[in-house]
Amino acid sequence: MHNSDRFKIPLGPQHPALKEPEGFSIALMGEKIMGLDIRLGYNHRGIEKACEERNYLQALYLVERVCGICSHAHATCFIQAVEEIAGVQLPRRAQYIRTLIAELERIHSHLLWLGVAGHEIGFDTLLMYTWRDREIVMDLLALVTGNRVNYGMNTIGGVRRDISPEDIAEILKGVDILEERTKYYIEVATQETSIIQRLSGVGVLTKEEVLRLDAVGPTGRASGVSRDVRRDDPYAAYGEIKFNVITDDHCDVYGRTVVRVKELMESYSIIRQCLKNLPEGPLTVKVPRKIPAGEAISRYEAPRGEDVHYVKSNGGEKPERVKIRAPTLANIQAVKQMLKDRYLADMPIVVAAIDPCFSCTDRVISIAEPKKDNRVISWETLRNYGIDWYTAHGIDFTELNNKFRKKLERV
Amino acid sequence: MSLAKKMMTWARIKSPWVIHFNTGACNACDIEIVASLTPRYDIERFGVQLKGSPRHADVLLCSGPVTRQIEDRLVRIYEQMAEPKFVVAIGTCACSGGVFNGCYNIKGGINSTIPVSAFIPGCPASPKAIMDGVVKLLMSLESTEEAEKPKSP
Repeated sequence: MHNSDRFKIPLGPQHPALKEPEGFSIALMGEKIMGLDIRLGYNHRGIEKACEERNYLQALYLVERVCGICSHAHATCFIQAVEEIAGVQLPRRAQYIRTLIAELERIHSHLLWLGVAGHEIGFDTLLMYTWRDREIVMDLLALVTGNRVNYGMNTIGGVRRDISPEDIAEILKGVDILEERTKYYIEVATQETSIIQRLSGVGVLTKEEVLRLDAVGPTGRASGVSRDVRRDDPYAAYGEIKFNVITDDHCDVYGRTVVRVKELMESYSIIRQCLKNLPEGPLTVKVPRKIPAGEAISRYEAPRGEDVHYVKSNGGEKPERVKIRAPTLANIQAVKQMLKDRYLADMPIVVAAIDPCFSCTDRVISIAEPKKDNRVISWETLRNYGIDWYTAHGIDFTELNNKFRKKLERV
Repeated sequence: MSLAKKMMTWARIKSPWVIHFNTGACNACDIEIVASLTPRYDIERFGVQLKGSPRHADVLLCSGPVTRQIEDRLVRIYEQMAEPKFVVAIGTCACSGGVFNGCYNIKGGINSTIPVSAFIPGCPASPKAIMDGVVKLLMSLESTEEAEKPKSP
């Protein structure tokens, strides 16, 4: 540590700033961040593999528990893929209810984020304000679905609970209050000088870098990349609903804040349209237990960005393969870029600004290390490692070497 | 001695400092823990404060099943806490492993790794349930201390 200016700080897995366990190894020169290694995998539970041992309905409830904040996102994304393989046409009322829950979830997630962001920059009052208002939407979710988090609303071929006219009145009342509050937050976020000073110019990610690193969701939209699955590849009822895709060209944490608070306003408008045009009809269609063989990819705009699920069926009652690409996995690469040459003090808010969800991200861990004590691998070691690896896999040059050596001796 | 002990119990019950550790949960229980600290539920009125360091905390709030990656860290954090310490398992996964039971990377509930004082089931455990559990734990503390107290006159 003393003989060089650079030193490394290990951070985590347990630390007070973030709720979830994850490790960072930060290389510092003075106070500047020179490099960053992110160590994921503490939350890896093996859900994809576990899905293969459960039937589709059981897998649905398991997939819902990929992430507690965007549980409806994962459940809907998975079930859309299954329904596509089965060739099911969803009843329109079910589509609208799914959309409604999705937007209520987005509101709760964005308000949660706003509070966490306030907490990270030392604006704890904002945390208390937003989390107090968030309880309104949590009450609405509990009213409609029966649970505050992990709603269990989806089933194969529809939704499980209906919305009564009384619920609609309650939701509209709640949305009105939230809209008033959100207007205030927009005012706070765009006019308070301390917030603007603290957030602008921090965690810059240009449009080119967004396209190169493939950042999704509000992280990408804050850099002027107008990408939203709800508009580009409409699912559920989004094809029949009018809304704007919010973009911003600040390219920094401030931009991401603005995008999120403005998206809240769009969510209110979507909810109102959903409730106004809520079609009558059945909630589910019958789907056989066995799903025909096939595969499908489904996309969904989760609050954090594009969520992708791949499901393969072999014609049985259980999926053959489920693959989940959560939005944080796409965004986490961008954090490294955002923090390059920035100060250590910016780290909490920059990491928080992508709204990381590590329980979504910790899908697979695969660590390939030839020898634990060799931290820097030399070319020679790597070569030997390659030779050994192939020998173990049945490609051996020893015989051939000996043969050629004999030939050489003969000459 | 008796007075000092009484004071200690009183202090312990009136200001339990908690540390929150996610042992592989899906986030649902974690946001409910945070929700219980914010204005609607405001668990702070029972003197409960969230602390960052295990050395300052009396109660370890664990959420989620124990994954193989987190197991060593959980034990380390538990060992860093000062005596007397209590562990509260929040959520069905923390109680028993829940839906993740049988996954290759899951060891089971929190009590498969460290001793647990209180179990709060639910998926996720709602803030009300969390408050109820924590208060019950503190009340039990009072009665056990009382039972231990008069051994000899």
